[in-house]
Amino acid sequence: MNLSRREQMTGRVFLIALILVTLLPFVSMLSAALQPRGTVPTGLAWPSDPQWGNFADAFTAANMGALLRSSLLIVAGVVPVSVLIATMAGFGLGQLRVPGGRLVFGLLLLGLTLPFEAVVTPLYYQMQDLGLLNTRWAIILPLIGLYMPFAVFWMRAHFTNVPVELSEAARVDGSSTWQLFWRVQVPLARPAIASLTILLFLWTWNQFLLAIVLVDDATKRTMAGALGAFQGQWGTDLVLLCAGSLLILTPTLIVFLIFQRQFIKALIQGSVKG
Amino acid sequence: MTSALGSAPTGRDVRRARPTPTRAHRLRWARAAGTGWLYVLPALVMYAVFVLRPLALTIQYSLYDWNGIGVARWAGLDNYLTVFTDSDLLKIIGNAVILIVFFSFIPVALGLLVASMVRRITTGAFGTVVRTILFLPQVIPLVAAGIAWSWLLSSNGLLNQALRAVGLGGVARAWLGDFDTALPAVGVIGAWVLLGLCTILLVTGMSKIDPALYEAARLDGAGPVREFLAVTLPSLRQEIGVCLTVTIIAALASFDIVYISTSGGPGLQTTVPGLEIYRLAFSQRQVGLASALAVVLMVLVLACVLPIQRLTRGEKP
Repeated sequence: MNLSRREQMTGRVFLIALILVTLLPFVSMLSAALQPRGTVPTGLAWPSDPQWGNFADAFTAANMGALLRSSLLIVAGVVPVSVLIATMAGFGLGQLRVPGGRLVFGLLLLGLTLPFEAVVTPLYYQMQDLGLLNTRWAIILPLIGLYMPFAVFWMRAHFTNVPVELSEAARVDGSSTWQLFWRVQVPLARPAIASLTILLFLWTWNQFLLAIVLVDDATKRTMAGALGAFQGQWGTDLVLLCAGSLLILTPTLIVFLIFQRQFIKALIQGSVKG
Repeated sequence: MTSALGSAPTGRDVRRARPTPTRAHRLRWARAAGTGWLYVLPALVMYAVFVLRPLALTIQYSLYDWNGIGVARWAGLDNYLTVFTDSDLLKIIGNAVILIVFFSFIPVALGLLVASMVRRITTGAFGTVVRTILFLPQVIPLVAAGIAWSWLLSSNGLLNQALRAVGLGGVARAWLGDFDTALPAVGVIGAWVLLGLCTILLVTGMSKIDPALYEAARLDGAGPVREFLAVTLPSLRQEIGVCLTVTIIAALASFDIVYISTSGGPGLQTTVPGLEIYRLAFSQRQVGLASALAVVLMVLVLACVLPIQRLTRGEKP
């Protein structure tokens, strides 16, 4: 790598500037969140007497306990099922190579670039007919379907790269297809499954459009949807709004920092493949 | 989007290599194919019920005049005609196209600039910190990004505070509420969200380029600009394609950021198709028109993304 020292330095400077710009909105939000309630904060100013109690107020005002529970329930409804059926379909398309699989795959590709806005109106009426409006099912069921193009695509890409000989060998040993899938293929697919799980968790937690269209009650929404309602309710109380927003961010942030390495790997692969 | 498409070996080749199948063999194969379908079916059913069916309904609705409750009246292509002739709707589609500049071009250009200068982010602790921070905007909900930036760009926000501090108080304004600056301001939020992702993707691609290529370019007397055009750009073709695809979809289908930061205002200055579909379908009860706009949006996304895929997915030179 024959980079001149000056170029290296400019590169570093750019990178650090980029980091500062990335962090700035968070810092400015924190500075507002720590001002005394009822004041109008200005820009970035460290308060003389930081009001950490604002976070406690926001916790109660946002009904954080209920929100966390709701988001967790939605994630629990969406992610395991999505990952399981996508892995099965990826196995069927990529390893078993079922006849007509190419057609199915083509159909799924159709959905890969689909903006959610394109289906949200009929989904509303569909959920109404099913009597599921304003329940968490109204978010859970459509999300599973909407994730299928990416998730099956992702798992199929993994399974097409596993040599078929492996399956044949297992068959010669007399194992059934299910045993082959569950005992041999799934353990091998663990890294792909882990990345997919991370991505789906993140997308579900942050899902906004479906949450605000299909569920009115903020305590039955995802975190992002609840944050939208919180802004609607407390939009004029900037201090509380900033404190609440930061609070609502915290769970994802903690999970991200813990699984930071896997997250970044998944996001990079996810965007390259998706 | 289609990385595995061209290279995937088809099952047919494997099967053809087998000796002539016996009857029992064929029977077993048929049974295996049947079982195979059982694996594909659950995913396919969920997809059909919650994506394909609504998609077909969107297309159907788009041909009707319907308020969501009463009797629908056949309208033929009238709704599409409205989408393409109504000046408000055209402006709204135009807004989404303008957002591409901010959501796509700026992050990709800046990302390329950083990538070509940094070439690789050090693997040590510094690299981890850089990557973690640059990925933060990808992890938080867009709604939160919208709230943070609404505050930062507001009359009393950080930007105006900084402007006043350097004596530019005259240009200070409520950036998201001003007729001239609202759309660019929304664009800046999108650029902030996507910049880190593009930078990391491009730097990661950069670190895979053979350093010998640069040595050779230097020996040929190429300056930094020539080097960039002759080595960096062609080698990063695929990564650039990925960045453009992801960011253009984010621009055209934007909803969360706009909904939170401006609700489409002032006037229609920042209204995007996603928001207008939501508004038409659920506030104004013009389900037909909303659906026609949805179909147009879908086609617009494909029309932008497919050529990029075609151009950037081919063999690397």
